[in-house]
Amino acid sequence: MTQKPSAFGMIQEERLLWEKGKAGRCAFSMPQRDVERAEMDSALMGDIPDLPELSEVDLVRHYTRLSQWNFGVDTGMYPLGSCTMKYNPKLHDRCAGLPGFAGAHPLLPVQWAQGVLQLMFRLERLLVAITGMDAVSLQPAAGAQGELVGMLMMQAYHRDRGENRTAILVPDTAHGTNPASATLCGFKPVGVKSNAAGILTPQAVAGVMDEQTAGIMVTNPNTLGFFEEHIQEICHIVHQKGGLVYCDGANLNAVMGVVDMAKSGVDVLHLNLHKTFSSPHGGGGPGAGPVCVKQTLEPFLPIPRIIKEKGQYDLSEKYPRSVGRIHAFYGNVGVMIRAYAYILSMGAQGLNRASRMAVLNANYIKEQLKAYFHLPYDRPCMHECVFSDQYQRPRKVTTLDMAKRLMDYGFHPPTVYFPLVVNGAIMVEPTETESKEELDHFIAACQAIAKEAETDPDLLLKAPHQLKLRRLDETLAARKPCLTG
Amino acid sequence: MRYLPHTDEEIAAMLESMGAERLEDLFAAIPEACRPDDPPDIPGPLTEWDLRAHMDQASGRMGVGAPYGAYLGGGRYDHYIPAFIPALLSRSEFTTAYTPYQAEISQGTLQGIYEFQTLISRFLGMEVANASLYDGASALAEGLLMAHRITRGKRVALSGVIHPHYRQVVRSYLRPAGVEMTELPWQADGRTDLDGLNQMDDLAGVAIQSPNFFGCIEDLKLISAICSEKEALLVTCFTEPLAYGLFTSPGSQGAHVACGEGQSLGIPMGYGGPGLGLFTTRRGYVRQMPGRLVGKTSDTQGKQGFVLTLATREQHIRREKATSNICTNSSLCALNAAMYMAALGGPGIRELAQLNHDKAAYLKAGLREIGCSIPFDAPTFNEFVVAFPGAGEEVYGRLLEKRVVAGLPLAPYAPDLKGHYLMCVTETKSKSDIDQLIAQVGETV
Repeated sequence: MTQKPSAFGMIQEERLLWEKGKAGRCAFSMPQRDVERAEMDSALMGDIPDLPELSEVDLVRHYTRLSQWNFGVDTGMYPLGSCTMKYNPKLHDRCAGLPGFAGAHPLLPVQWAQGVLQLMFRLERLLVAITGMDAVSLQPAAGAQGELVGMLMMQAYHRDRGENRTAILVPDTAHGTNPASATLCGFKPVGVKSNAAGILTPQAVAGVMDEQTAGIMVTNPNTLGFFEEHIQEICHIVHQKGGLVYCDGANLNAVMGVVDMAKSGVDVLHLNLHKTFSSPHGGGGPGAGPVCVKQTLEPFLPIPRIIKEKGQYDLSEKYPRSVGRIHAFYGNVGVMIRAYAYILSMGAQGLNRASRMAVLNANYIKEQLKAYFHLPYDRPCMHECVFSDQYQRPRKVTTLDMAKRLMDYGFHPPTVYFPLVVNGAIMVEPTETESKEELDHFIAACQAIAKEAETDPDLLLKAPHQLKLRRLDETLAARKPCLTG
Repeated sequence: MRYLPHTDEEIAAMLESMGAERLEDLFAAIPEACRPDDPPDIPGPLTEWDLRAHMDQASGRMGVGAPYGAYLGGGRYDHYIPAFIPALLSRSEFTTAYTPYQAEISQGTLQGIYEFQTLISRFLGMEVANASLYDGASALAEGLLMAHRITRGKRVALSGVIHPHYRQVVRSYLRPAGVEMTELPWQADGRTDLDGLNQMDDLAGVAIQSPNFFGCIEDLKLISAICSEKEALLVTCFTEPLAYGLFTSPGSQGAHVACGEGQSLGIPMGYGGPGLGLFTTRRGYVRQMPGRLVGKTSDTQGKQGFVLTLATREQHIRREKATSNICTNSSLCALNAAMYMAALGGPGIRELAQLNHDKAAYLKAGLREIGCSIPFDAPTFNEFVVAFPGAGEEVYGRLLEKRVVAGLPLAPYAPDLKGHYLMCVTETKSKSDIDQLIAQVGETV
């Protein structure tokens, strides 16, 4: 089948990999065959895999064209709430790619791996310094796996004390993965409602906390962008009933050098190195979700742990109360290297300034846009703010329509329809790496969209207009799933 | 600070516009008692140049690259990676994008992952693949959890020749679900002893790794027949997918789930991570699958495009009833693997796999000739177990002094295998490297 060549300005059309190429092409420089072919049982031999045959030029063009259909932080502002899409420094990619790290086999004798082990050991100490907690495991490969580890540790702690607690409190302002992580661990999530100011009250927690409940999963700052002001009292209530406090630290970017998580009463906390500590998201991963704990939970941390003895770093599995292993090796080391480089390049003052600028940027946007979009909680926020589509709904314009229209103005949309506690939520997190003029451009685009919703709602209902494709049919995709070609 | 653009004037103007006097006012909600006593004790800030020097020094302290040599596999494999792959992969439109929830602005990632799902399904002979999981170990755990959801069986049987770390991860994931785990021993030829399966009932799944931890190719067809009889799902896993460039695919042998680690497909070893969790299954189980899926659809003008689909399985929609809690996965590594598979093509991946097989066979024969024993005689791919003559530890230790890691010592994983080593040879080792290794072992014997 021939397809007529076409392009949208500089955006090229590009077929699927297997619609390109020719039998006989290869983009791989095959090493010399310097040994003879060894005999093998022909019954074990499979068919030649059905993979397309392409040249290096074919592939370079293919993926370059695909990349041009993508929007990254390097393309422009990416204000996805609770995702912390800050700039990812190039130097840190270089560090992770150094041959000693990229080429290291994970089962090298430890005396040959001192460079990377020292770096990981130091990163643990840096995260301790930033959070105020006592010990860290870098092993979880992402935030949700960090949550799972946190839950496994809570369960192990209670069982160690001869208790089998079955429930876990999850506020309506917690992160989306929290209930699924708790369930995977066998806990039944029990909802807790936030108050009119968007935060938890000690009374609401006291009303549901009991001796069957393992603890609470708090996201702080929460997904409405507010600091849980009563966190200490809430922790006290949970602790009094023998429970533990898990904090989802995905929003740590608001409070580096501002909050001591241990002093606030948290027992276990996960961080997202791909959010707060600036490693790139890679279109959905890989990330890293280290878990930080207070001393009481340290014996339960995953194995292996990185230890230092007589000036040498080593990996140890001698922790009989550990929840076990959760990654084939030690977690996503490449992400850890980038986070380590980020922390050193910022220093204590730089990290604190990042948090202050992140909060300043979010409040600036909130104030500039609240006349145009309904702001359900009109009070100072931390690093993100949440609007809704309430003002636009009478014109049948929804959050989704406005999100799609924002693409036409050259911005990635905010997080939409989350948190669930706000109907039609629009969650904006600008991060500290956006300058005032970039924020002003974004604000102007949002204001223009609010006006379009009044004057020409159809324009929004049919958005986007300026991209390679118009609005995609997600219902069709789910009704007749086509997952391979 | 080079990543922070705000000038003092801008900060003042922004504060003024919101009626705040000082930056501290924005943090008024944080109680004094939650604040740190002192600023965190962190060195720096380092200049770009000092940081480079610091990291170069740490990298330089690793025993990696000449004059060091390692014959290590066991879950990570040293393969050549064409230069154009990291060059394309580092395009920041790919690296600095988020999960493609907003499809119209993420078509590059979405088409790339759709292609990945297609190539990996074809390669493993399966019908559907997800957009990736964290790594091979968690992929196996998720595969067994899925088998448990589908069959409601209370027990899973795990081959004892699955990578020991994978078995540890499976235990961490399955224990809270209340699924019973039984391990099957290995038999004299290095493959899983299946006799124990006869006595087991209420089986949700049987997990087998092929090539297994000893490098041996398992008889998946036979195990598949036992699974059908037991109405259990066959969950096959692997740490070295390149083997399927040569050997019969898991799909063609009746696997219900084929999952494992994709690092071999063009991803650097990186001290064990990030890797790539591969997860493939049959079409009928798609709504029970963990993780994201990309599907084909069209836009309002009828043009072909791609979106994330069947999200009602996932944590952000289904909450506590989700099939898994996974959110962030290994998307960029999936793109990396697709580039690599496409670079080789079908005949190329066959030739590369054959070369791995033949070089390992050459080393195996050479070691046997100088008096080493090869305890397991099941067929192998690019890894095999060897016992050095005499006190094996001495041979290993003396080679280590010569900066050669002669395989992975197996004693820490199986005390019976004292003096046994898991050797791995890939296309990165030349005949003369292998000859030298054989000579060095010979000298120390």
